This record gives sequence, C-alpha cells and structure tokens, in this order.
Amino acid sequence: MASLADALLDLREMDRLARLDTPIHRLEPRAKVLATALFLAVLASFGPREVSSLLPLALFPVALAALGGIPFALVVRKVALGLPFILVLGAFLPWLERMPALQVGPLVLSAGWLAYGSLLARGILAMATATVLVAATGFGEMCAALDRLGAPRAFSQQLLFLHRYLFLVGEEAERARQARALRAAGRPLSAREFGPFAGHLLIRSWERAERVHLALCARGFEGTLPKRVQGRFRRREWTFLLGWATFFILCRWRPLPVLLGSLLPGGAP
Amino acid sequence: MSHHLLDVRDLRHAYPDGTLALDGPTFTLHHGEAVALVGANGAGKSTLLKHLNGSLRPTAGEVRVGELPVHPGTLAQIRRTVGMVFQDPDDMLFMPTVLEDVAFGPRNQGFPVGEADARALEALQQVGAAHLAAKAPYHLSMGEKRRCALAAVLAMAPDILVLDEPSTGLDPRGRRLLVDLLRAFTHTRVLATHDLDLALRLCPRTLVLHRGRLVADGPTREILADRARMEAWELEAWPPEG
Repeated sequence: MASLADALLDLREMDRLARLDTPIHRLEPRAKVLATALFLAVLASFGPREVSSLLPLALFPVALAALGGIPFALVVRKVALGLPFILVLGAFLPWLERMPALQVGPLVLSAGWLAYGSLLARGILAMATATVLVAATGFGEMCAALDRLGAPRAFSQQLLFLHRYLFLVGEEAERARQARALRAAGRPLSAREFGPFAGHLLIRSWERAERVHLALCARGFEGTLPKRVQGRFRRREWTFLLGWATFFILCRWRPLPVLLGSLLPGGAP
Repeated sequence: MSHHLLDVRDLRHAYPDGTLALDGPTFTLHHGEAVALVGANGAGKSTLLKHLNGSLRPTAGEVRVGELPVHPGTLAQIRRTVGMVFQDPDDMLFMPTVLEDVAFGPRNQGFPVGEADARALEALQQVGAAHLAAKAPYHLSMGEKRRCALAAVLAMAPDILVLDEPSTGLDPRGRRLLVDLLRAFTHTRVLATHDLDLALRLCPRTLVLHRGRLVADGPTREILADRARMEAWELEAWPPEG
C-alpha cells in the first residue's frame, strides 16, 4: 500500500514526460502507434521457443527511450510491475515440455525452459515498448491517434476515461491510506480491515466519478470527447515508420544473430 | 429573452432515501444581479444550484432560464446560459492540460479547435492564469485550480455564473484575488457560500435556505446583521460580535 503514492507519482511522471520536446515527441502520434503495433505483431510472430532472435528487437524501445528522454529507471519500474503476471503465467511451461532442446556447456535446457524464456522476453519487450510509447506520446494523444487510425471510438474513449479515472481512484485510495496510516501505529492492513477499506474506497470513488461526470455534463459533454486535431504524416514520419518496419522484418525473416554469424569466416551463408 | 433571467417556482427535491432537500423555494433573478445563497450544512444550497443548470430533475416545481424551462430537452441551451463552477475544482479539471480543459466547453459547443483554444486563452487571461495553459491541472495550487475552473466556465460565455463555495480551501491572498476577480465580472452571479464576509463583499442580495426552505430574501447587510434570525437559521451573524 505504501507504493500507492509512488505508482501515482509514476503516472504523473509519464504525463510530464509526454510533454517533453524531443525528436520522438515531435513525431505524429500515429507513426509511433503504427510502429509499435508492427513491433508487437512481429514480436508475436516468432516461434514459441525463440529467445536469442528476439533480442535485437530490444533496439526499438531502447532507441525510443534514449531519443525521447525517457528514463530507463521508469521503464524498468513499469516492467517490474507487470513481470509477476508473466512469471506466474508461464510458471508451468518447464514442467509441461521436458524434452531437452539446448545444451549450453554442461547445462541442458528443456523446451519448456526455452518457451518460458521466450515468454518472459516477449513480455518484457512488449511492456517496455508500451511504456515508452505512452511516455513519449501522452495517453490522450495516443487515444486520439487510435481514433484516427480507425479504432472503434468507444474503445479509444474508454481508454482515455480509464486513464483519467485511474488518477481519481488512486488519489482517493492514497487519501484513505494516509488517514489509516496516521492512526495505525505502523500496523499493516489486516484482512479484516481490507473489506471495509475497499468498500469505502469504491463508494468514495463512485461519488467522485459522479461529480466529475456532472461537471463534464455541465460543460456540454454528451458522451463523446471532442477530437483534437493532430499533425500530418510527413517525410520524417514515413522515414521513422518505414525504417523501423524494415528493421523488424529483417529481425524476423533474417534474424540478426544468424546474419552476423554468417558474416564470420566459416559461417553458414 | 424575458426581463428576468432566472425563475425558480416552488421547487421541491426529494432524494431517493426520502430526504426532502428542497421544500418549495421560489425566487427570481434579474440581469446582472449578484446573489448570495447562504445556509447551514444540509440546508439545500448545493441541491438548489444543481437544479439551476439541470444537473438534477425536480420532484415538483419549475426552474426557468429566460423563456426556457429546464428539462432534458433544453439542457444544451440551458448549459450554454448557466455556467457552473463546482465546489471542488478537481472535479472539473479533467483533461491532460489546463488549455485543453478550458477549451473543453467551447469544443462541446461546436467551436473548431483554433477558436476553442482562443476562447480558452482569453478566459485564462481574464482570470490571470494564461501562464498555466500548458500545465497539467494536478500540478496547480488550490488557488490556481479555482481560477482555471472559473476560466473553464467563462470560456463558454455563460449569461449566469453559478459558484458553489468558491472560497473553500483558499489562503487569504487567494481569497482576496478571488474577490477582486468576481467583483470585476458583470455576469449575473449566484454564490452558494458559508463565507459570509465574501457574501457581504460581493452580493447586494442574499437568499437564506433553512432545511430546504427559502426563509429570507433581501439585502445582504440587513439579513446577515439580524442576529436573532441568523441564530434561528443555525448561522453566525456577520460581522461577528465584539
């Protein structure tokens, strides 16, 4: 619970980063969304036990973060937040597929361990890229880009509201946590207290959301948020998109480790 | 447009739990008037304000804005005429930046982005907050938030400004700035407030709500100085004794 304030700070930090002025921020959001979508599609298209072939793809989030001024520590924190889910999701793979698939020195790895490694690598790359995309674009701009790319309006609007309400619920939860902590003398939240705590939080968030909705309606909101005009695709957007698309295709159909290996004397052509 | 701007007739509102929040207040507001709405906690002030822009539907009675009755079919026009500044500015400031938030109303009114942004900037200038345009709303102080929330409503160019507890949470300097700001407006204004000094400074006329009923409607100075009646309405007289 103590990390709640940190999580909120991270969300706000992402919003702050989205307003930086870097070459990546200046790109039209659709270019970044499309490149990320292509990245994810290529990432998903690799075989289930491929690990080393995925590694060159890390260049995409790393380059975007470096050029976009996104701190790596923030990306690592966000990835660490989602990592437990992937660890649990694939935990049974090493036991399901036990046939030996790779020998590294004296160590023999089963197909299950390779699949687990591949799942982890994909998860880390996907989460890191999504984090960098949001931090270098802004959630609102990203939703607007999705809207312009033809995603269902309801979907992009729901995403936008989800983002806004995350702050509201987070703030309510943080206030409740602080109020409890001041009277708890360091005692952690017990299972017995958790129910009423969560219940109060739900009611308070609900009431807050109602007030926000009333305030939106009072300013003419009728169910759809007004669209912001975004920029146009110019040469830099096409260069960005086509450049990365070429790189992804190379990684996928001519894996770089193999390509590099073939360049060495005695390597396979 | 009629000679009066806002007409409230025998308004009644009962909440789903049976609480009668409004028990028949009736009053009329004229163009350019500044009216304070005072009452103890639970007197029905916020409920009444929410009826003025159609956020709530009455159990009985009627609210008219100019010639228009407030009902679901007229809400779009009503909300163009009646601008409401909510008690907690955090409930209002919802978009990623102050400029986008202030432009939200004009965009919903159908103005193109450029014109909506121009209106938003003008409103921000009016409240002395143009320098905050690119900031995220949650990075602002309470005083700045109040100004931006006010700008968000002003950008829609309403005829009537309705403000719910506008001085809550402000430090003395922020409160003084707010008084100066509101004093400069020529809009018809309705202020629901516990801040009787604010009522006295800004509003020549006061309505007193007590347990949902309108128990006084008259000059602010006279009403607030009537110690016996103020006591009966569970309010403190103003200026205080001593």
